[in-house]
Amino acid sequence: MAWNLDNDRPIYAQLVERLQVQIISGAYLPGGKLPSVRELAAVAAVNPNTMQKAFAELEKSGLIITQGTNGRIVTEDEGLIRDSKRELAKRHAEVYFAGMEGLGFGRSQAVSFLQETAGKGEAGDE
Amino acid sequence: MNNLIEIRGLTKAYDAKHIAVNNISLTLPRGKIIGLLGPNGSGKTTLIKMLNGLLTPTQGSIRIGGQPIGVETKAHVAYLPDRTYLSGNKRVNEILDFFCDFYEDFSRGQAIGMLQSLGIDPASRMNTLSKGTKEKVQLILVMSRDADLYILDEPIAGVDPAARDYILRTILNNYNPSATVLISTHLIGDIEQVLDEVIFMRYGCLLLYTSVDNVREQHGKSVDAYFREVFAC
Repeated sequence: MAWNLDNDRPIYAQLVERLQVQIISGAYLPGGKLPSVRELAAVAAVNPNTMQKAFAELEKSGLIITQGTNGRIVTEDEGLIRDSKRELAKRHAEVYFAGMEGLGFGRSQAVSFLQETAGKGEAGDE
Repeated sequence: MNNLIEIRGLTKAYDAKHIAVNNISLTLPRGKIIGLLGPNGSGKTTLIKMLNGLLTPTQGSIRIGGQPIGVETKAHVAYLPDRTYLSGNKRVNEILDFFCDFYEDFSRGQAIGMLQSLGIDPASRMNTLSKGTKEKVQLILVMSRDADLYILDEPIAGVDPAARDYILRTILNNYNPSATVLISTHLIGDIEQVLDEVIFMRYGCLLLYTSVDNVREQHGKSVDAYFREVFAC
């Protein structure tokens, strides 16, 4: 199944995010082995060189580690994975604020709107 | 040696008024999947024909793997032309025989495997196959060679979206770090994800040669959208 990618952003950056999410969510466990560049490129239906670039980026950040000829594994440093999770969460928040700004909400208004919505959601859950 | 194709000052003039390719210089590396893009009449097919030795340049030179175009380069270039040259009376099997005789690097087993996965019977005659199926057969023949350079002129135009996905997967699965695939197409959106780099041509000139992610980074849009902007009518 080809991965759905956005049209307006570099492909490798989106591959980095996808892999980060898979690591954070535990689809690839800490210390677990990752598929090869080729395999993953075929699954995602993207160019192997682009996948290679995404892997290099994740290696630089320490999230994945190359073990010579044994391939690559996910880091066992769970602190690093948590940092990565926070970073992605922050990006989601920025997207929310940007969207709300387009509707004319300032940051604090956007925050209270979010609280209000969350509150309603909880009330509904009970 | 990491460069596969060296093009220097390449020009093809059909006559004084019709310059199809105008003074192009370009070096293409190995291990890349490259889109050759441009509006109708921009010189893509003329360039491709010169790479295959089907047209002689008016000026300039081409080298593939260090060799001038000739018998030696043709043995290492797998070419899918924009229209078929296979005889309609032949069965798919007979064409496989033909390719086995003709190209040392042709793998019959690989071709049979691909025909099978697309449900094409090797015993069928070419002229009993639909237009799209004929195109698939041709592409299978080309991709079953172990070439240094694959040149695909409009490989996906005539086939349905499901077969298009299969073809793209075929190109990815055959990816070889020492070979390069050059794909000319108008269906940019469909193949953008599998491309490393793109070449834009206009009026026979080279307009742009860069990576897909560079276009996206610099312009904040897909190559498809950028193409529509650059070549807006």
